[in-house]
Amino acid sequence: MSQGNASEMPSLLYSEDEEELRAAVRALLDDRAGWPEVLAKTETDEPYDTALWRRLAADVGCAGLLIPESQGGAGASYREAAVVAEEVGRSVAPVPYLGSAVVATAALLEAADSALLKDLASGTVTAALAVPFATGPFATGPFADGPPAAWPSAKGPLTGMRVAAPQAGDPAGQTRLRGTVAGVADALPADVLLVAADGVPPGLYAVNAGAPGLTVTPVVSLDATRQLADLTLDDVPARCVASGPVAVRSVQAALAAGAAMLAAEQLGMAQRCLDMTVAYLKERHQFARPVGSFQALKHRLADVWVAITQARSAARYAAACLASGDPDAPVAVALAKASCSEVAVHAAQECVQLHGGIGFTWEHPAHLYLKRAKSSSIGFGTPDWHRAALADLAGLPAAGRPR
Amino acid sequence: MLENTGLENTGPDNAGPDNAGPGDTGQAGTTNAVGLRERVREFLAGHDPATLPRPEFLRARFDAGLAWVHYPAGLGGMGLPRALQSVVDAAFAAAGAPSNNPERIGIGLGMAAPTILAFGSDEQKERWLRPLWTGEEVWCQLFSEPGAGSDLAGLATRAALEAESGNQWEVSGQKVWTSSAHAAQWGLLLARTDPDVPKHQGLTYFACEMTGPGVEVRPLRQLTGEAEFNEVFLTRAVIPDSDRIGAVGEGWRVAQGTLMNERVSIGGAALPREGGMIGSAARTWRDQPELRTPGLHDRMLRLWADAEVARLAGERLRQQLAAGQPGPEGSAAKLVFARLNQEISGFEVELAGPAGLRYSDWSFRRPESVSFYGRDVGYRYLRARGNSIEGGTSEILRNIIAERVLGLPTEPRVDTGVPWKDLPR
Repeated sequence: MSQGNASEMPSLLYSEDEEELRAAVRALLDDRAGWPEVLAKTETDEPYDTALWRRLAADVGCAGLLIPESQGGAGASYREAAVVAEEVGRSVAPVPYLGSAVVATAALLEAADSALLKDLASGTVTAALAVPFATGPFATGPFADGPPAAWPSAKGPLTGMRVAAPQAGDPAGQTRLRGTVAGVADALPADVLLVAADGVPPGLYAVNAGAPGLTVTPVVSLDATRQLADLTLDDVPARCVASGPVAVRSVQAALAAGAAMLAAEQLGMAQRCLDMTVAYLKERHQFARPVGSFQALKHRLADVWVAITQARSAARYAAACLASGDPDAPVAVALAKASCSEVAVHAAQECVQLHGGIGFTWEHPAHLYLKRAKSSSIGFGTPDWHRAALADLAGLPAAGRPR
Repeated sequence: MLENTGLENTGPDNAGPDNAGPGDTGQAGTTNAVGLRERVREFLAGHDPATLPRPEFLRARFDAGLAWVHYPAGLGGMGLPRALQSVVDAAFAAAGAPSNNPERIGIGLGMAAPTILAFGSDEQKERWLRPLWTGEEVWCQLFSEPGAGSDLAGLATRAALEAESGNQWEVSGQKVWTSSAHAAQWGLLLARTDPDVPKHQGLTYFACEMTGPGVEVRPLRQLTGEAEFNEVFLTRAVIPDSDRIGAVGEGWRVAQGTLMNERVSIGGAALPREGGMIGSAARTWRDQPELRTPGLHDRMLRLWADAEVARLAGERLRQQLAAGQPGPEGSAAKLVFARLNQEISGFEVELAGPAGLRYSDWSFRRPESVSFYGRDVGYRYLRARGNSIEGGTSEILRNIIAERVLGLPTEPRVDTGVPWKDLPR
């Protein structure tokens, strides 16, 4: 238990630069992703707002936050990336920030694919890691004892994707992939898919969105602001980005970053749900009083606020640990995702309930937050999944297990 | 202590004396850690802790401005930022110097001193702060009454100016949940001086000598079996007007300052991972695999995660204070601390199984010190019930958060616009 001690504690506050970045992102999202626009977008055939994403990615520079300046990025860290994620969560904007600027970028940084990183940094190319959104990071288990021979995960192989036989005329270095991946987040607007394939050794491959044999099928998703897609690869040509231990580390880094930054998103969602509900309870009158003056409701909102103070500390700690490469990062990520998942769902449920009838309507934005919060609590590992990881990390074994 | 803070308590974001910026009284060369260490070294060269008697050493340390460096010069400090205090404490501890046993005089240091500093006269500061800091005079707090818990401003202890002398107050009433009263020389007393005005306006703040006539201290037995606290009966106790703190009728404002400091001190010290109650539960979990069940495992992990996140939140709070950005998160920390202590200790009793059916000692006695540790799980479980009552109930804290932090409207009030004497009781 030497880690996480006060002497080594990183700053859990927001720096001035981070607050400036927040203000820039919020200004754009307030202007372009008000909830009526977000709601309207979910009922179109193009649920992702690619125009807004371009502004956020290139103009504000969010696409290349994590990418070093030498590769065209901003050379910032997960601390700044988390602030952007908070704002994206606050607006539930339908942009592939998490999938492209965080998850795919983290994988490519680990794989050191500078060509693709340069494209991502410029905002001209959007990428997604083709794993089920529900996949949790696998910091523990077999990976703790060294890189495994196959993708480790709680329930068998990661994707079931296989390397297929080459075809006549295939250039050297090209591979073909065959298989399916269900429920991938941020794949719909992606130009490049990073596909993890099982095999010996395991590999991470880049597939162009327009490649022959690739089918990307939109899924009617619980969260329409982050619509999932099912991928079918039928001998699709692919380029190997990393193989063996590097590939495993790339996917691991991507999933850990995804979980931590999704936790920051959840923090933003929770704060917005609280703000929205507080504002409504001050203005809504019943029994000739603002309903916010009733103690039964005040206490519920006070509890949401308290929970957010806790979640914010966990989210900041995870971002700081990832930013500095702290060895405590696996604990920090598990704590943040477990904590922020539950707080966001709690806040969104309270938002619906305390708005009363209007909160149950389609026209009110509360349901956008409820659905995003509930879906996000499953994304990159449920709270239960992350607590199970803590059992290993903190040395608290289950019943019937020694150690 | 088990004092309940009232609904109307000051918001946690009010700046108290501790949040005031450093004054210009800082002496050259002592405004940074290196300079302070040097100053402590010089002091120790002239005051050998091994040979000087403890009280004398502590008085000299106070007079050298090395007691609490964020206090003004001449009152034990140097007007430096509060964060530098830890440098001084560490330097004295490293030299093996005697301390003032801060845990023994917590109310004096944490509540009385900031109140005296903010509201006391120059004579009062001169008279009280030095023996308070050295521990020669212990302080307690006479706020709560049997009829005034959460509604502190409704208290009924009466203080009346003696007609013939005109400079002495006669005080009668009953106070409750007073820790340290049996060891104290002084009590911070809030009493009603005018029952004919609305309740907040008729209060006045005093320092009450606990050893004088008319002050009777009785131990108050609590549900753990022992008596950490006292009841204090005041029967025509006499307080000189020179021991009044703040103006007549200003007692509520002064008390808010005291309570604000209580909240700040509840934030607690920095702890390592598993440094709190969760550490004891985790050790039992590791040491006794035969106690584990799947249901308890889930609870163990939830509590471990919640406790670690609460620890991080405490760190964040300290960072905010150190950066001069005190936020309202302190009241959240108190709520979470109470809930976690209760859940963890309840879990521990269940985890212990048959051993959880035993209890160490029900005898009516005064504990030497109050600590969750080194005691059995049953004691922790029972004592933790008080955590959501003492220092402001969790319900009152939620009101404060809802109104002060979130800005939600107050409940309609029937008790603020009428004379105190006309309120139903």
